[in-house]
Amino acid sequence: MSQMSLSLPTLLVRQERRLLSLLFVILLLLLLLVLPAPLFSLLSRSLADAQGQYVGLANFRAYLDSGALQRALGHSLWVAGLSTLIVISSAFAAAWALTRTRLPGRGWIRAALLLPILAPSLLPAISLIYLFGEQGLLKSWLAGQSIYGPLGIVMGSCFWTFPHALMILLTALSQADARHYEAAEVLRASSWRTFFCVTLPNARYGLVSAAFVVFILVFTDFGVPKVIGGNYDMLATDVYKQVIGQQRFEMGAVVSVLLLLPALLAFLADRWVQQRQAATLTARAVPFTPKPDRLRDLRGALLLTPPLLFILAVIGMAVYASLVRYWPYNLQLSLANYQFERLLGDGWGSYLNSLRLAGLTLLAGTSLVFLNAWLSQRTPQPKPLLGAFQLLALLPLAIPGMTLGLGYIFFFNHPDNPLNGLYGGMTLLVLCTLVHFYSVPHLNLLTAFKQLDSEFEAVGESLRASRAQILCRVTLPLSLPALLDVALYFFVNAMTTVSAVVFLYGPDSNLAAISVLNLDDAGQTAGAAAMAVCIMATCALAKLLHSLLGLYLVRRQGAWRGQA
Amino acid sequence: MKPSNRLRHLLAAALTSLSCAAVAADQLTVYTALEPEDLKKYADRFNADHPDIKINWVRDSTGVITARLLAEKNNPKADAVWGLAATSLKLLQQQDMLEAYAPKGLDKLNPRYVDNQQQPQWIGMDAWMAAICFNTVEAQKHQLPIPASWQDLTKPVYRGHVVMPHPASSGTGYLDVSAWLQTFGEEQGWAYMDGLHQNIKSYTHSGSKPCKMAATGEAPIGISFAYRGAKEKSAGAPLELIFPSEGLGWEMEAAAIIKGSQRLAAAKTLLDWAASEKANRLYNEGYAIVAMPGIARPVEHFPAEPEKLLIDNDFDWAAESRERILAEWQKRYEGKAEAQ
Repeated sequence: MSQMSLSLPTLLVRQERRLLSLLFVILLLLLLLVLPAPLFSLLSRSLADAQGQYVGLANFRAYLDSGALQRALGHSLWVAGLSTLIVISSAFAAAWALTRTRLPGRGWIRAALLLPILAPSLLPAISLIYLFGEQGLLKSWLAGQSIYGPLGIVMGSCFWTFPHALMILLTALSQADARHYEAAEVLRASSWRTFFCVTLPNARYGLVSAAFVVFILVFTDFGVPKVIGGNYDMLATDVYKQVIGQQRFEMGAVVSVLLLLPALLAFLADRWVQQRQAATLTARAVPFTPKPDRLRDLRGALLLTPPLLFILAVIGMAVYASLVRYWPYNLQLSLANYQFERLLGDGWGSYLNSLRLAGLTLLAGTSLVFLNAWLSQRTPQPKPLLGAFQLLALLPLAIPGMTLGLGYIFFFNHPDNPLNGLYGGMTLLVLCTLVHFYSVPHLNLLTAFKQLDSEFEAVGESLRASRAQILCRVTLPLSLPALLDVALYFFVNAMTTVSAVVFLYGPDSNLAAISVLNLDDAGQTAGAAAMAVCIMATCALAKLLHSLLGLYLVRRQGAWRGQA
Repeated sequence: MKPSNRLRHLLAAALTSLSCAAVAADQLTVYTALEPEDLKKYADRFNADHPDIKINWVRDSTGVITARLLAEKNNPKADAVWGLAATSLKLLQQQDMLEAYAPKGLDKLNPRYVDNQQQPQWIGMDAWMAAICFNTVEAQKHQLPIPASWQDLTKPVYRGHVVMPHPASSGTGYLDVSAWLQTFGEEQGWAYMDGLHQNIKSYTHSGSKPCKMAATGEAPIGISFAYRGAKEKSAGAPLELIFPSEGLGWEMEAAAIIKGSQRLAAAKTLLDWAASEKANRLYNEGYAIVAMPGIARPVEHFPAEPEKLLIDNDFDWAAESRERILAEWQKRYEGKAEAQ
């Protein structure tokens, strides 16, 4: 393709190419500034003492000697491993039931199972206190075990990571070839055998991917252990303790680096596995539609019930607790816990800030991801640039939010950095959130672009249309549905994130999710529940809007595609 | 070129909205450890007299705010402090981080509540004091007798039922520890805490959380402070407030200007107001002892003559020994602390 454009002697095209490459380089430099540079600051800080003098690995040794590392690392690995096991098995069962049975209301069940993604990870932790705490409704179910500790952390982590695993597994399972199932039927394989010989092997890459994702999420999350961990220390809470509690930034950097390593390892392993994946779905595949089978549907219903009940109970309890006047002694319902001006210095200010952050991240993030993906996929760019970009775009997947946030402090709050005026302001929060959540939308758009025929550009060039014209007339309209998904992803994550921004907010840029944390710290658990519910309701509203817009787009484009 | 224009407009719009964090004329960044629900009230009362100065609060527990101020020493972000333990302000004073200023009406304040320099670097607001929040409903469930003294709390019957604030993050936690060391003596004090540690369920981040936990029955006994207990009792919690017989640790809430503030005039206005009679009446709505003599009225659920219950607190000693005491404390008891 690049040869074709070279053979065209038009000066205009060559100029445009140079311009596009220049733009790509500028955007790459920007990415370098907001991702590797802060990480480098973090690394160098972990090797320096409080005054900034280089001390080699002394900080790491001090942390190791205190014995805190072995304990916290052990706890983190154990909790993340156990949660991964539970989430993957239950999410796989749910994904199977949703794709391989004909249960009525599958769409609604799917939507309900994905609800946790709209809530901050603090919400399940708060809700679990009301369900299983000393005064919990279901305390007796725990048989004397305390919810404050590994039990609560695992339960809370399972709640909020479940949809992440479910989405990956749904995709993996929905790419089924009906011919395999027909063959199994002809060979008279039992349903168990079919499951183990057809369904499971086809979904193995999805399973591995989902397991890595859940493991990283739980390993690096600090919201759940912060609220319900009691005195069970984990690596992620240790970063927070060192930095916020004791302002020992260099030790926070040390723990962050240690938090980064396993996450990076899991990320590389996942990449390695995914590269070995051959196309499981060939062009001749026949989409699978399950045949009627009552017994199998019943089995599916049984598999779906536990996660569904758990998710609805946790959300329901959070909403109920936020409405109760004085738990557990006055169960009258009221909106008193939603009067944030009574509970917080800035009242609803932090909520409005969150809306602003989410809106700005949506705008800036969607444009930037689109522009970069377009430049890398649909315009001729030099190979080395593309390789560097690919790495930069996927790197955020492996960086824990806290590590990123701390790196931002070191890099942007440095007195010699000309950008240090950004510290504590909204711009930096937007940048950090954008980078933190860059990879998934990037992959999303890449997939969307790959589905667009590259002939569009070739034809365009022979018609002497500039790339920009093709972009606006063809590429942009055709990728609108994918862009809509990207926009929602940025919005929801900016509303719910805590880990990266907890180190970066300033007096007039406090955020709703951080207010949840602070309210819980002060013992205002009901107020914290109320704010968490507000965040979730907002995200649900955004999701609704997204669905409506999506429907509208399908109708319009359906007509457009029909004409073509 | 029309389409790329549209794109350019979109980007321009996104960039403008990014950079529109405009700064109004008089905004004060005030660091505080006041109770979160009081922040709006305090700002509103101040704004009633000075509507042109907007207060941007940065609020956390005493230890965290103190650590933050110390960490920002070379590049201060705060203009003023309003509502932070005097012990902490003494630490900042030793680091030469406070701006000396004698607010209007300084002479009307009890000199015991004001920094004793010629030009005071901080002024006291009110005193807050330790109290035990005791949940009568839960106590009955677990058959716990009402404790009358600090020593009572070490009895085996209370094992796993007591919650107290972490002294490194919470000012209330530190005033308890420093009071025990002062009243029982160093050796006896640590021995006492060793015993108490056996009964502790967890050490919390904030000083009010133990009382909130007691109020909602998450733990029957919370070592906290009187203000929080009185508030929760008024809100309908089945609480008994206990003021232990050995005497109560207490601490002064104070206000100061941070050296290097770019908004010195506004910060001085804030300090003038913080020393005024109006302000002292405001403090008295929650605290029984305030810096201005003669205006305090009794506060509901507080003891009648609170001054008599207080220990003779040596603030200088408490400030000087803070780092040493906290290090020793963490060495001994860190295991049971929740994530700070």
